[in-house]
Amino acid sequence: MTARSAAELIADLNARKVSSAELTKGYLDQIAKHDGRVKAFLLVDPAAALARAKEIDDRRAAGKPVGKLGGLPVAIKDVICTQGVRTTCASRMLENFVPPYDATVVTKLKSADAVLIGKTNMDEFAMGGSTENSAYFKTTNPWDTSRVPGGSSGGAAACLAAGMAPLSIGTDTGGSIRQPAALCSVTGLKPTYGRVSRYGLVAFASSLDQIGPLGRSAEDCAVLLEVLAGHDPRDSTSANLPVPEYSKTVNQPLAGLKLGLVREYFGAGLDAEIEAAVREAVKVYQSLGATVKEVSMPHSKYGIATYYIIAPSEASSNLARYDGVHYGYRTEEKAMLAELAAEQQKLEAAKDQKKLADLDTPLVRLYRQTRAEGFGPEVKRRIMLGTYTLSAGYYDAYYLKALKVRRLIRGDYDQAFEQVDFVVGPTTPSPAFKIGEKSSDPLAMYLEDLYTVTANLAGIGGISIPCGFTKSGLPIGLQMQCRPFDEERLLRAAAMYQRATDWHTKRPKLG
Amino acid sequence: MPDHTYDLIVGLETHVQLSTETKLFCGCSTEFGAQPNTQTCPVCIGMPGSLPVMNREALQLALKTAIALNCEIPEFTKWDRKQYYYPDLPKGYQISQYDLPMSQKGWLEIHDPKGRFQPKKVGIIRAHLEEDAGKSLHDEAAGKADSRIDLNRTGTPLLEIVSAPDIRSTEETRAYLTELKLLLTYLGVSDCNMQEGSLRVDANINLHIHTPQGKVPTPIVEIKNLNSFRFIERALAYEAKRQLEVWQQTGRKLGEAGTFKQTRGWDDAQGVTFAQREKEESSDYRYFPDPDLCPVVTTQAEVEQVRAGLAESPRAIRERLEKAHGITPYDSDVIAAQGRPTVDYYEAVAKAAGDGKKAANWVTQEVLRVLNEQSWTLSQFPLTAASLADLVKRVIAGEIEITRAKEVFNDMVANKRSAADSLQALGITKVDLSELEAICKELVAANPKIVADVKGGKQQAVGALVGQAKKRNPNANPNDVRRICLELIEKM
Amino acid sequence: MSLTRADVEKVSLLGRLRLSEAELDKMTEQLARVVGYVEQLREVNTEGVQPMAHALDMHNVFRDDALAASLPRDAALANAPKRDSECYRVPAVLGE
Repeated sequence: MTARSAAELIADLNARKVSSAELTKGYLDQIAKHDGRVKAFLLVDPAAALARAKEIDDRRAAGKPVGKLGGLPVAIKDVICTQGVRTTCASRMLENFVPPYDATVVTKLKSADAVLIGKTNMDEFAMGGSTENSAYFKTTNPWDTSRVPGGSSGGAAACLAAGMAPLSIGTDTGGSIRQPAALCSVTGLKPTYGRVSRYGLVAFASSLDQIGPLGRSAEDCAVLLEVLAGHDPRDSTSANLPVPEYSKTVNQPLAGLKLGLVREYFGAGLDAEIEAAVREAVKVYQSLGATVKEVSMPHSKYGIATYYIIAPSEASSNLARYDGVHYGYRTEEKAMLAELAAEQQKLEAAKDQKKLADLDTPLVRLYRQTRAEGFGPEVKRRIMLGTYTLSAGYYDAYYLKALKVRRLIRGDYDQAFEQVDFVVGPTTPSPAFKIGEKSSDPLAMYLEDLYTVTANLAGIGGISIPCGFTKSGLPIGLQMQCRPFDEERLLRAAAMYQRATDWHTKRPKLG
Repeated sequence: MPDHTYDLIVGLETHVQLSTETKLFCGCSTEFGAQPNTQTCPVCIGMPGSLPVMNREALQLALKTAIALNCEIPEFTKWDRKQYYYPDLPKGYQISQYDLPMSQKGWLEIHDPKGRFQPKKVGIIRAHLEEDAGKSLHDEAAGKADSRIDLNRTGTPLLEIVSAPDIRSTEETRAYLTELKLLLTYLGVSDCNMQEGSLRVDANINLHIHTPQGKVPTPIVEIKNLNSFRFIERALAYEAKRQLEVWQQTGRKLGEAGTFKQTRGWDDAQGVTFAQREKEESSDYRYFPDPDLCPVVTTQAEVEQVRAGLAESPRAIRERLEKAHGITPYDSDVIAAQGRPTVDYYEAVAKAAGDGKKAANWVTQEVLRVLNEQSWTLSQFPLTAASLADLVKRVIAGEIEITRAKEVFNDMVANKRSAADSLQALGITKVDLSELEAICKELVAANPKIVADVKGGKQQAVGALVGQAKKRNPNANPNDVRRICLELIEKM
Repeated sequence: MSLTRADVEKVSLLGRLRLSEAELDKMTEQLARVVGYVEQLREVNTEGVQPMAHALDMHNVFRDDALAASLPRDAALANAPKRDSECYRVPAVLGE
């Protein structure tokens, strides 16, 4: 059962070959069996999922209409608000946060009759590329549980690889769908900015964030994107464009396909096995009739630097709301006030007027202590970095400069897309690394986002599809990026490859 | 210390709450006075994942105001986040406008009907839209060291109107605010209710002190949150005195190392301004463009459309009244200050009565007196313009003498009836000239002493005869009586 | 522009984070490396380039001035760490 694609399962559900309750039970069993090792889920409520499945089954049995997903389970990254269901962003800060509303994508999933099977683990507030930054636990890579699944949507990718859900939704700010998809050998799509509503997505970097589907295949992603996409009057940045029927066209091949290989992607730092696998994948496309040419994106090398100014700047602002006043964590107030009073007494005794003048007020200390305890180290680093780059005297040199380079990066894409349909390259420079291997060096971790951040900066779409394994059996991802709102053709191109190869059908062996 | 003369330099930042039904970025009500925290939603309390969507009406009201303030409307404007931490600011930033406001470079003409200063144009540097913060309530009754936060007001649309430092006195300050308030009321963009916080003022003030070496500017002080005209006048007067004293003691002037713009509050009970606790870092607002909101593009055609639909400004109305009805600037000011309904009422009276000046006297003196005494609005006033005009016409025709006319007016108001009915009820009819002459003859004959006085040159002595005539017939016109008696005495 | 410990201390107040002495040291070292890296943008010629703050070139997105339901007060306050039946509560903010 869990080997079948989402599209096949929906067909089975509608043909009543399987009930939603049976299917849901099947995935819950997989979770019970494997999640102790994979640790992809932050929250699973089997009773609620089964009740919902049964409700859909009953409706179908009564001959009433059933939505597009027909009772198929879907896992949701825990950065997306679910009414009445705890939404933590993998942070202590939101440990007890229960949203009073659903994100627009959750509303859409519910009305399409998805069964929400659980909330998946991630890097805290989606900041990271390994899911090691979760405040709760580290998710492992089902292909090698000593390694990271990637991130920040690590749980979203790992639960698919481990067969614990047929579909999941993630978010991608700098590669957070595509990179874990590559590292876990699943398919993950970051749609064009504005394609999917961000309403209810807890913001990391608002001008870069985008929700997208992860599945076993491009076809599965097409099914899910069709449900997620569309204009939302509650999101001012959502595009008012019609939604193509992705699921209907995904299996139609594209003729005369023109692919662009980005010269700058194949330089130093790219793992040789990954390079070989990507070049092999390009040959597959050529065998399917595609023409391939080299394109240059001269500003892509500035992607990381640009990204690590813009994303933390926006994050420092978006995360200012976590101050222990209106929702979320607050430090233990009495102890905090007592400590502050003691500091004051000590300074008064020492007659240290300078330090006394600088001493936090109770309110400022409440904020600082709350945030010190509620946020993990990576979130703090990015708040600090973003606060610095927006602060007086530095704004022009960092933030404004980055916005200009961002425009140049977009210009590179525009030029490339005048010549080719899709820009092709590796999703990541290296395969999944060992848990803990890079956690002491933030900059080294940031450099892993080399190939993915530019799509977010430019606002364009990108997909990662499985294209092989290293000799040691670690998955490799092929990234294809498309013109704005060209997901329909991007999915068709990906599906072409997947019909010609079987990398995406391989499953890890979990004891 | 010698006394110093100085120029008072004032610039005002006025925050005006725009009259929308809903908040700037969400559908919550802006109505004043609701129970705490009953008018909030995920958007205005900044819940994780929520997003703002701009209220079209707020922009329209802001455009109206900016255009009426003679501002330039740039084609492109955008939203920025102004970042600071405060419990009544749930997102940790205020959505505002920084370097590209929706309007700039306008002016507002101010004048003083009493002529204490020449009419002048006060520059408007900019007017921009922003969202309001919530309210912090200090809970002393509970005996706890807690503040309570009410977010009902959070996200209410404000227009911040920043004047140039062109204001030179407390009179000019009052005139600016009065004129601005009146303009906003005429445009219908705000109720300007200061008690409810719909109009709040921050004042920037310093002095240019005259010295033998030239004018010396003192450091600029911003006095925050002045929520009544009286507070503003008192605070400015106090602050001018304080700055002069500080300068006399320290000699510190604007721009000197170690001086910076200080923020002070106003304590009305003590009658003093006081320094607000502020750390250097708190002014680093780290503005940047709000990625959740799209920029706004306003075409010239749209600007012209708004301009064409603007209500007539108080200034234009005053000019029109003076020109069309020949009234004094003082009267036009009084009438325009009452608002559009009074202007329309006055004009109807003036037209129907055919005498703008007399109509103005009646409206500014009698009508406004009654409204004031009764605490009525014009809509509660019982006399129609036609009815009042009828009375005015009768006075002009000499049918009623003026002191009796006021009696008639009061009767018309009290009993909600026409002039004719009041005249009848009060028994007021014009006295026949022959009857009046008969009365006068009798009086002259009966008062030889008065006759002698008048003949002796004391013309005013005839006044006693006027009084007697009114006793015999209350409708006797005093002017007629005086004239007839004098004629009779002369012939004697 | 190199990032100093004093800068980091100042930024920690601006960003309302309380950092221990050891954390300040570590943060200074880590941020200095990242800031050093991002400074490579200085070599890019951006003369005449318009800043790109939004991924999509959209403008004039409005909603009508129509009332929508507010949250019931209990729901609005439900996630507050400290509250009473009407309001959020914080340590006294008098004079701040």
